[in-house]
Amino acid sequence: MMGNTMSLVSAALKEGRVAPTELCQRCLSLIKSTKFLNAYITVAEETALKQAEESEKRYKRGQPLGVLDGIPIAVKDNFNTAGIETTCASNMLKGYISPYNATVVQKLLDQGAVLLGKTNLDEFAMGSGSTDGVFGPVRNPWSYSRQYKEKSVPKSHSEDKDSNWVITGGSSGGSAAAVSSFTCFAALGSDTGGSTRNPAAHCGVVGLKPTYGLISRHGLIPLVNSMDVPGILTRCVDDAAVVLGSLAGHDPKDSTTIQDNFKPFELSDLTDVSKLSIGIPKEYHAPGLSSEILALWSKAADLFKNAGAKVIEVSLPHTRYSIVCYHVLCTAEVASNMARFDGLEYGHRSDMNKSTESMYAATRREGFNDVVRGRILSGNYFLLKQNYENYFIKAQKVRRLIANDFVKVFGSGVDILLTPTTLSDAIPYMEFIKEDNRTRSAQDDILTQAANMAGLPAINVPTALSERGLPVGLQFIGRSFQEKQLLTVAKWFEKQVKFPMIQLDEVKRHDHGVFQHQKSASFLEHRT
Amino acid sequence: LCLWGHPYLNSIFLLFFFFFSLTPWVPVVGLEIHAQISSNSKLFSGSQVQFAAPPNSLVSFFDASLPGTLPVLNRRCVEAAVMTGLALNCSINKKSLFDRKHYFYADLPAGYQITQQRVPIAVNGSLSYSLCIDNKMSQMVTKTVRIKQIQLEQDSGKSLHDDVRSQTLVDLNRAGVGLMEVVMEPDMCCGEEAAAAVRELQLILQTLGSSQAVMAEGQLRVDANVSVHHPGEPYGVRTEVKNINSIRFLAKAVDYEIERQIEELESGGTILNETRAFDSKLGCTVPMRDKEGKQDYRFMPEPNLPPLILYNARSLPANMNHQQVVNIDWIHERLPDLPSVKRAKLVEQYGILPEHSFTLLNEAGLTEFFEDVIKQTQMKPKKVIGWILNDLLSYLKQHSLTVKESPVSSFLLADLLNRLEKKEISSTAAKQVFAELWKGEGKTPLEIVKEKKLQLIQDQEDLERICQAVIDGQENEVMAIKSGNRKVLNKLIGLVQRETQGRSNPVLVKQLLEKKLSE
Repeated sequence: MMGNTMSLVSAALKEGRVAPTELCQRCLSLIKSTKFLNAYITVAEETALKQAEESEKRYKRGQPLGVLDGIPIAVKDNFNTAGIETTCASNMLKGYISPYNATVVQKLLDQGAVLLGKTNLDEFAMGSGSTDGVFGPVRNPWSYSRQYKEKSVPKSHSEDKDSNWVITGGSSGGSAAAVSSFTCFAALGSDTGGSTRNPAAHCGVVGLKPTYGLISRHGLIPLVNSMDVPGILTRCVDDAAVVLGSLAGHDPKDSTTIQDNFKPFELSDLTDVSKLSIGIPKEYHAPGLSSEILALWSKAADLFKNAGAKVIEVSLPHTRYSIVCYHVLCTAEVASNMARFDGLEYGHRSDMNKSTESMYAATRREGFNDVVRGRILSGNYFLLKQNYENYFIKAQKVRRLIANDFVKVFGSGVDILLTPTTLSDAIPYMEFIKEDNRTRSAQDDILTQAANMAGLPAINVPTALSERGLPVGLQFIGRSFQEKQLLTVAKWFEKQVKFPMIQLDEVKRHDHGVFQHQKSASFLEHRT
Repeated sequence: LCLWGHPYLNSIFLLFFFFFSLTPWVPVVGLEIHAQISSNSKLFSGSQVQFAAPPNSLVSFFDASLPGTLPVLNRRCVEAAVMTGLALNCSINKKSLFDRKHYFYADLPAGYQITQQRVPIAVNGSLSYSLCIDNKMSQMVTKTVRIKQIQLEQDSGKSLHDDVRSQTLVDLNRAGVGLMEVVMEPDMCCGEEAAAAVRELQLILQTLGSSQAVMAEGQLRVDANVSVHHPGEPYGVRTEVKNINSIRFLAKAVDYEIERQIEELESGGTILNETRAFDSKLGCTVPMRDKEGKQDYRFMPEPNLPPLILYNARSLPANMNHQQVVNIDWIHERLPDLPSVKRAKLVEQYGILPEHSFTLLNEAGLTEFFEDVIKQTQMKPKKVIGWILNDLLSYLKQHSLTVKESPVSSFLLADLLNRLEKKEISSTAAKQVFAELWKGEGKTPLEIVKEKKLQLIQDQEDLERICQAVIDGQENEVMAIKSGNRKVLNKLIGLVQRETQGRSNPVLVKQLLEKKLSE
C-alpha cells in the first residue's frame, strides 16, 4: 500500500478501503522507522492526525474535497507553514514559526491534503547534496535497498557497514527521500538550479520543475527570486500532473505569476509518438558525464526513434556559460535576499549588544553557515558599483543568450528536449564531502540549471538502476507553459522504461504489519 | 511667498559677500523632495496608512519583511505618481522598473528599499513658481525649475533612540508607505527660491490629492543640495542639507549653508561633500554623523515585480480588465485645475490683483470661502477681497486658526457685507459687527446691529437736525468753508459721525451739509 501511487491510494480512500487516519498513522510510523534517513526536520504528528480526522469526516459524509483529500504529503522546510516550524535548515530560523502558509501549502491544505511535516534540505536550499543543513545530511533510501546492498562491495572489513550510504542530491533531498521511502505520497521541493530534479534523479522519483510563473512563490523562502519555482516530487508522472493541477495558476500575492487561470489536465496515454520531435542537445554531453548515463541517454533516444519520433541533435551553445552566469546572478540575489536576516524582527539574534552593527554582524555570523556567508560575500562583491556592469549586467546578458538558445531550438520545430538529469548516480556521502559546496553545486547543477535560466518546465523521470543498483533519471525540458505536452511525453517514457520499485526492508516489514488488518488489498499485490 | 516672515536677513549677508569679495559667488541649489502618497494602503502591502497610530499597529507580514513575502504594487500609488508627473509637465514612462537599494538600518526591515533607480515613472518635467522681489507683494517674478524625475519608492520605519537605556525602539507603521521622490535640478540660487518652489509643489500635490504634503507630519520632506562657485567655473563641491521640517526653515537652511560655504572658501578652506543637518534652534547646519563613510547601495533589479507598464488611449489593450491597467490619458483628462490656472481664473473672473490670488491659494480653503461669499452677496469681488484678506485673514492669523476653523462663516460674512452694501450700516459699523461675529456667540449680523444700535439713521429729518446742530456749533469752520476751504467739510462730517456714533451714511451727511451750507 505504502509504495503505491497517489492516484491508487486516492481511489482506495474513495472506495473506503483505507481511512485517512489509518493512512496518516501508517505514514507517521514509517517516518519513525526510517528516521535514520533524516528526511524530515519536523514531523507535525498532531496537526497531521487532526487533518486526517477532518478528511475522514468528509469521506464519511461522502463529500471529499477531491483526489488530494486525505493524501499524506510532505513539504520542504523552506516553505512557510503556519504553526509549524520553518527553519530552512539554518540556525538563523531554528524555532521560527511562521504566521502564514505559503500559497502552495494553503492550496494543498484547502484540497484536504494531510501535511505530515517539513523535509530536510541544504541550508537555505544552497547546495546539491542535502548535506549542508544544520540538521545533518539526508541519507538516500536506496542506500538501504536490497538492490544497492546486493551490488555494493564493502571496501574493507573493518569499515563501518553504514559508511557506504549515498547522498540524496539536493537541495530538496528530504522531499525526494520522503517520497522514495514511501513516508508520503507527494512532496513539495523547490527548484532554482535543479534542486528538485537532481534529488529526484538520485532517489528514483519523478521531479517536476514547472514553468517560472505557473506556480506561486508566495511563502517560499527565496534563494533566487527570478529562478525559484516550487517543485513537485511524486512516484509517477500522473501524480505530478495532479499536484500541478492543484497548485498552478495566478496568485494575487505573487506578481510574477501568470495572469490567466490554469486549467488542470489529465494525461492521456500517448499511443503515437511519430509526430513528436525530440531534441538531443549536444552540449549536455558534458565533461564528467558517466558512460553509464551516456549509454542510457542514447538508449532513451533510440526508444523514441524506434517508436517513430523524430530525434535530432540540437545545439544550445551558451549552456556552457550557465554555471558561471548562475554563480553571479544567484549570489547577487542571495546577498540581497539574506539582508533581512538581521536578528531584529525574527529568527536568531545574537547576545552581542555593544551596538546595532555589532549585533547584526554577530547574528549573521552565528546564524548562517559558511556556504550562505560565502554566497552573501561574493554577491555583494558583484553588486558593488564598480563591479555591477562587469558581472551582474554581463551575467544577465548571458542569461538572455541562454534563454534565446532554447527559443531558437523550440522555434525550429523541436517539441521536447531529452537530456540526462545528473552526471552520475548518487555518490557516497564520504566521497561527496571531499569537495566543497561550491564545487559540488557547480558540477551537479550543470545539466539542470539552464532550464531555470530560461524559466522552462523540466522533469526528471526515473529511468533505470545503475550498475551499483542506484537510480538514474533522464530529464525532459519543454516549452514555456507547455506542461501538458511535457508530462504526456514523460508519461509515455515512464511506461516504456518500467523503473523498478525500491526494495526497502523497513517498508516491507511495515506494510506487512498493517496488512493483517486490511480487508481488501488485492490491488496492492501488484506493486509490492 | 513673502508671507513667511523674514528669511531676508541672510540674503543681506549674501549681498554683503557679493559686494566685498573680489569675484562674486554663484550659489546653486537643487532639491530632493519626498512626498508621502495619500492612499489608504501602503505601496506594496495592504496595511493601512495613518499618521500617529499606535506603534507597530499598521504592519503586515510584508512590511516586517517576513521571509517568503512578496511585494504587490498598489495601483492608487501609481495613479498618484502619474497625476503628479503630468501636473509637473513630465513625460510619463510607459515602462518603468523597480530596484532594490541596500543598506542596513533598524527601521529598514528587509535590508533594502524598493525604489526606481534605473527607469523612474516620470522624467523631464518643470515647475513654475513665483516669488516677490524685495519683499514687495506687488513685484512678483515667475521662475522655472526643471524636474529631473519622479520615482516611486517605499518609506522606511522610524527608529527612536533611547540614549538613557541605550535602546533603539523601532516603529514600522511608516515602513512601506508609498513615496514619490521628486528630484529638482539645481536651478535655484537661494533659500527664498527653494522655499517658493517647494510651496508651489506643495500646493500642486494638495490640489491633486496625491499627497497631503504636510511638512510637520513628515508627508513632505525636503533635502537641499547646495554648492557655490565663481561665474564661468564648474559647480563647487556640494553638501546635502537634511532635517528641514518647514518651508521657512528650508529658506533659512539654504541661505545659511550658502553663506557658510562662501565664508569657508573665502577664508581658504574647502567644502566637503557631506551630509549636514539643519538645527532649527541654532539656525545653522551641522555635519551629520556619517554612516561610516560612503555607502555603496549595491542596486539591483527587484526580481519580484514585473516592469510597471502604463497605457494611453491608443495602446490600451482591448481585452484588458480596466481594473488592471492605468491609463495615462484618462488621468490627464481628469486633472483638476492647478494652482497657476486657478490664480489666473481668479484674477480674470473677479478682477482682483495677481498677488491677491496668491494669498487666496496659499491659505487652504480661503479661495472657496471667498467664492462662497461672492455667491451670496451683491458686493463687488474687488471690495470683498479686501474684507477677506484684511479682516478675515488677519483675524485668523492673529488667532492661529485655519479657514475651516473660522468662527465667521461665509454665510455670515456675506450677510454682513450685504447690509453694508444696502447702506443699512456704515463700514465702521460693519467692522464692529465683524468683531462681534468673531466671538462666535451665534448671533446674526442683524441681531448685533440691533443690539448695538448700529443701523444707519434712516430718518432724514433726524439726520438734518443733527447736521444743523453741528453747523450751528462750529461757526469758525463754517466760515472757513464758505470762504473756500472745502477740506474743513470733512471735519464737520466727522463730527456728525461722532454724534450719530457712526450710524450715519457719510455720503448722505456730506450732501446734507453741503446743501445746508449753500443755503
